[in-house]
Amino acid sequence: MYQFEYHKPTSLAEALGLLAEDADAKLLAGGQTLIPTLRQRLVSPSALIDLAGVPELTGIGRSGELLSIGAMSRYAEIIESPMVRAIIPSLSRTVEVVGDPLVRNRGTIGGSLANNDPTADLTAAVLALDATVVTDRRSISADAFFVDLFETALEPGEILVRIEFPRPSRSAYIKFRNPASRYALVGVFVAEVAGRVRVAVTGAGPKVFRELMFEEALQRKFSPEAVKDLEVSASGLSSDLHASAEYRANLISVLARRAVSAALNEPSHGI
Amino acid sequence: MPDVTITVNGQRETRAVETRTLLVHFLREQLRLTGTHVGCDTSQCGACVVHLDGRSVKSCTILAVQADGAEVTTIEGIGTEEKLHPMQEAFRQHHGLQCGFCTPGMIMRAIDLVDRDPDADEKTVRHQLEGNFCRCTGYQNIVAAILAGAIAMRNQT
Ligand SMILES: Cc1cc2nc3c(=O)[nH]c(=O)nc-3n(C[C@H](O)[C@H](O)[C@H](O)COP(=O)(O)OP(=O)(O)OC[C@H]3O[C@@H](n4cnc5c(N)ncnc54)[C@H](O)[C@@H]3O)c2cc1C
Ligand code: FES
Ligand code: FES
Repeated sequence: MYQFEYHKPTSLAEALGLLAEDADAKLLAGGQTLIPTLRQRLVSPSALIDLAGVPELTGIGRSGELLSIGAMSRYAEIIESPMVRAIIPSLSRTVEVVGDPLVRNRGTIGGSLANNDPTADLTAAVLALDATVVTDRRSISADAFFVDLFETALEPGEILVRIEFPRPSRSAYIKFRNPASRYALVGVFVAEVAGRVRVAVTGAGPKVFRELMFEEALQRKFSPEAVKDLEVSASGLSSDLHASAEYRANLISVLARRAVSAALNEPSHGI
Repeated sequence: MPDVTITVNGQRETRAVETRTLLVHFLREQLRLTGTHVGCDTSQCGACVVHLDGRSVKSCTILAVQADGAEVTTIEGIGTEEKLHPMQEAFRQHHGLQCGFCTPGMIMRAIDLVDRDPDADEKTVRHQLEGNFCRCTGYQNIVAAILAGAIAMRNQT
């Protein structure tokens, strides 16, 4: 690892100040992506700004009809939150299949979203649930947030503060794990939010995306049969040593069907 | 170099560290607690698991400076040679190890798992062990040891 300075601000304002002062500094959340990257010398930030002491980034709560989750909420905290389980059980279940329990004890939802790994799980949840990403300066819709491979709408110097989720009427996530890395080979999140069906796919392309053909079919009839005969084109999908684009295309159909069944069987969402 | 103070196995330890020092290197090289192992450089194997403020974490994926002020428990802190921790004893009884390289991480993970879910069944144990790799045993006896260790831990309290 290269040398770097280390700061541990105790307020959002202080963190923003440190970040504004030094263009080569990097934010440190759970470190479950950043520290392995530092160890491999793939990045060499001048300083790390540890967000663990910033109170504005913590806490899980309700604001009106929305479920609000602070960026520094660790996966384990989200899994253990009765409020998350009551309002969006599919979200608790999605977090349960991220990485392994040791990663879940450190990794954060904000770090995962800011990183925008093409095979991450929470990206699909945020996109399908039509959540809003709130930063120190603005609100960004999920549709606008995920820009490209490892790239988000966050500007240099901008800090992700919390994510606000509307309550879906039904939803489910099905992940087909890469057996070696346990990231998603493909994952499909299906949700119905405010009467609109949204289907988000992760793992299959350079970034998480919505499968509009499935959304339209499910909008007409929310049942596994509605998507049974839909074929996904392999063009534009990832092809690598883990799976071909054609295999991923097929997985999208299969997992979408399973996700719809799971959403139909899910006990009705709480208050 | 900044000073960090970490309570390790009940003892407060203050040392100067480089900011880039990983917690596992702090434990192994500065405190000479070599029971915590390093099995990979990709944060995947779990040989380095310790408890940080009561939760199992990969000590190779956290900086020593991040643990400043925290409490850490390592494999050295859970039992003595005369009186092993019930989970250690269960690993011995059930042949939960061969070369032993993964064992400290397995045991630290197992104790955390059982503390949180004392009635975990075999399926849960397997799922909860996904961050710990073993190249020798095929996991069968590790799972058997953890299920037995869970009963022993329950009877102890
Ligand atoms: C063995 C292993 C298996 C994994 N498996 C999976 C998996 O199956 N699915 C999955 O989704 N992920 C997986 N991960 C990744 C894991 O979810 C990470 O925790 C996550 O990608 C990053 O979150 P973090 O809190 O650790 O962030 P960090 O690693 O600390 O930061 C990641 C990036 O986000 C930036 N950042 C962090 N917080 C903010 C903020 N508030 N505002 C702006 N920028 C910020 C940082 O500067 C950095 O660039 C795995 C990781 C490991 C080590
Ligand atoms: S040494 Fe392999 S995960 Fe820490
Ligand atoms: S006993 Fe050898 S790696 Fe597990």
